[in-house]
Amino acid sequence: MTETTVVTRSAMVPARGPWRTALADLARDRTAVASLAIFLLIAAICLLAPVYAHDIAHTDPFTSNVSGTTLVNGKTVPVLVPTTTGLGLGVTPIGPTWDIHHYFLGADNQGRDVMARLLYGGRNSLMIGISSALICCVIAALLGMISGYFGGAVDTVLNWFFDVIWAFPVYLLAISLSVVLLTNGLRLGPVSVGAGSLWLPVLIIAAVYVPYVARPVRGQVLALRGREFIHASIGIGGSDARILRRDVLPNVVPTVLVFLPLMTAINMLTESALSFLSVGVQPPNASWGTIINDGLGLLYTRPMVAIAPGFMIVITAVVLNLLGDSVRGALDPKARLRGAG
Amino acid sequence: MKHHRTAAALAGAALLSAIAACGSGGGASGGSSASASGAAGSSAPAAAGYEAAHAGGTLHLVANAAAGTLDPQINYTLQFWQLYQATYDGLLAFQKVNGQASFQVVPDLAAAMPTVTDGGKTYTFKLRSGVEFSNGKPVTTKDVVASFERIFKVSSPTAGTFYNGIVGAGACLKTPATCDLSKGVVADPATDTVVIHLTAPDPEFPYKLAVPHASILPASTPAKDQGTTPIPGTGAYYFASYDPNRALTLKRNPYFKEWSSAAQPQGYPDEITQTFGLTVEDEVTAVENGQADWLFDPPPADRLGEIGTKYASQAHVNTLTAMFYAPMNVNIPPFNNLKAREAVNWAIDRSAMVKIYGGANLASPVCTFLPPGFPGHVDSCDYTAGGGATWSAPDLAKAKQLVKESGTAGQTVGVVVQTDDVNKQLGEYLQSVLNQIGYKAVLKPMSSNIQFTYIQNTSNKVQISISQWYQDYPAASDFLHVLLSCASFHPGSDSSINIAGFCDKGIDAQMDAALKTEQTSVTQANTMWGQIDQAVMKQAPVAPLFTPKLIDFVSSRVGNYEFSKQFYMLVDQLWVK
Repeated sequence: MTETTVVTRSAMVPARGPWRTALADLARDRTAVASLAIFLLIAAICLLAPVYAHDIAHTDPFTSNVSGTTLVNGKTVPVLVPTTTGLGLGVTPIGPTWDIHHYFLGADNQGRDVMARLLYGGRNSLMIGISSALICCVIAALLGMISGYFGGAVDTVLNWFFDVIWAFPVYLLAISLSVVLLTNGLRLGPVSVGAGSLWLPVLIIAAVYVPYVARPVRGQVLALRGREFIHASIGIGGSDARILRRDVLPNVVPTVLVFLPLMTAINMLTESALSFLSVGVQPPNASWGTIINDGLGLLYTRPMVAIAPGFMIVITAVVLNLLGDSVRGALDPKARLRGAG
Repeated sequence: MKHHRTAAALAGAALLSAIAACGSGGGASGGSSASASGAAGSSAPAAAGYEAAHAGGTLHLVANAAAGTLDPQINYTLQFWQLYQATYDGLLAFQKVNGQASFQVVPDLAAAMPTVTDGGKTYTFKLRSGVEFSNGKPVTTKDVVASFERIFKVSSPTAGTFYNGIVGAGACLKTPATCDLSKGVVADPATDTVVIHLTAPDPEFPYKLAVPHASILPASTPAKDQGTTPIPGTGAYYFASYDPNRALTLKRNPYFKEWSSAAQPQGYPDEITQTFGLTVEDEVTAVENGQADWLFDPPPADRLGEIGTKYASQAHVNTLTAMFYAPMNVNIPPFNNLKAREAVNWAIDRSAMVKIYGGANLASPVCTFLPPGFPGHVDSCDYTAGGGATWSAPDLAKAKQLVKESGTAGQTVGVVVQTDDVNKQLGEYLQSVLNQIGYKAVLKPMSSNIQFTYIQNTSNKVQISISQWYQDYPAASDFLHVLLSCASFHPGSDSSINIAGFCDKGIDAQMDAALKTEQTSVTQANTMWGQIDQAVMKQAPVAPLFTPKLIDFVSSRVGNYEFSKQFYMLVDQLWVK
């Protein structure tokens, strides 16, 4: 009796579900925690951009201040300093003052505060990276599920669609779309996005990466399609929509979640590249890519303008990739086993 | 041109009487005995003053990219026009000397300045004898007639603006392939004379004969764009090779004998190469290191400081008769409203624009459309805080008020600029100003190759842009008549140089009157142009920004730098020995 009781009580301890297990694994993963903490810190600082610009630096990061002045060591100096030696050619933006109230990281060619633009730029870069990753993953999951589940003509057509997108080098496609859409904006039925809107790079980047997520999802669904529980659902008369929602989707979500931080990092890098090439975020808006572009002409005199956003891109991309690896490890037991082996 | 060019009008009488030192052919010391290439021309006699000891060597030029076709009757870029000075000749030429004298027109393939008769409608030229093309064939009157017809057959960019006054040009413009100028350009091989008949007097015509589009080419030259195939010329050099992806090479013309040091002087280097493909940053570094002798492109902003200090002795800064300006489309909102255009003029801080361009030593703010120092220019400024004849400061409050009064506040305004660093920065600044005064400005950067034609075409509905204008020759009409007359506004065309689409019948009548007055009194005409300039600025179809200066950065081994105000640095006059 005693033994029986022990067995019964033991059996009654609820087993942890896969999600809780994954979360617990993630919480134990120091790399994941550190990466997440750094990412959240960067995001938080960037979200405080308006506070920094308006209440600390008292500057408008979107308005040119070419003829403006600022205080350095108590002296009023021009933001763009004319060369007075030699032939007196050229002007140089003020460099980092390391004074949080006055051009902490210096000025760009338009006399704007680089620090304020760095924070605003980070806000936009992260917004675009995260939004486009979310949109991309949602669309990719949907298309991948439909393609894998229904098979046949639907699968063929959707695969053609993926192949067509995949046939283009991703940057070439993104640049082409950007060049076209940046001129007149996007008008698709009721959807209208202005030429200077941040949503344009979001949608463009999301679109070009859809096959990269949809393909693995489709492959997974193809495998699931032959599993017993799917056959059972079909057997009891479950509708396709119900099966997709109740049986397929929960199995696909971990895959998509693994992709999410990785796609955020990739999309952020793509946004930076597009903005660097002047076909992403449009001035006077800032992103880390546009600030690097602004700093390109100042590499010899004011390298900080390009270095600061470059550093931020590297840090953010690294922590997102580390986080992505940890999420994959937590959600994919096989990967964990491979790692242990 | 990339630095855009067009026609202009200066004083006819002064011009026609300006028979400069010409025909001083010959005479001189032995030529470039040190020629490495060994071209026959190396030993060609040169004018007194030619320093043979400096002849020889190879001059290495660098440019970010090639400038398109090598055909001198088609190409319209400063980059190649500079090289054409040493390779091609017209009946007349701008004097190849330093400074203001370079605006003077002198006889080139013509033995003397033309005889002008029939009230200014007939120009009679006597062809210089003994001149040969670089293929060894002599220059004949047949070549002259064929060259003028070829201007129309190849649809030269200036065929309709510079040479449309030649009798028969109208038909040539309509059907270029069958162009026949037998009544407009009449040759007499027996006397080596060429008579050009115009439909109306044109005091600027000598200028138009002195630009590369009027180069005299062999009659056998095919009547189509020759692209990368060099056409034989009569200059001191000939194009030996041209690969737009790599380089072009000029070598001494073996058949060249200097006939006029003013029109076509003997050059110094034996060979001149222009290499393409380096970034501008790399070009600067190459010149600093002595790996190149000169860069065509303007040095980037972040290198100006070091050029002006560490390499000051190698930098030459010259004032240009040119203008950066912001044309506003007067036919579509919001700039079809005078107050909106005035607001832009009040709001722009020209000194900020100057700073972006490189500072006060590289540009000067302006408030009129005729650049300071240009014929007809009068100091006058309707849009400066505190008043005054020259621009001193913007008045943002007034600009905001005008935008409010115009009822255009809140409208979206597209700012179309070129993608190069300076123009993009200027565009960003203009965008910022427009946002400040109440518009929603969107910056539309566009490749330099297409921006200039894009902003001209009304179909593109460009509201405001930033453009530049570099004089073709020193005449007020080159700015006012060419850029802001009804005649130069062609809706729906890529070739509508009146970018603002400004067509004011009253001002147009004043321009016509000034053009007519030029035939009799240059001074009076210039006074009229000055008044027209002010009348135009009252309508504010454009916002003049600044006049630029040009930096020529040369290597330490280069000597004998000479700057023609007309065609800029005289490339073949540089010493590399």
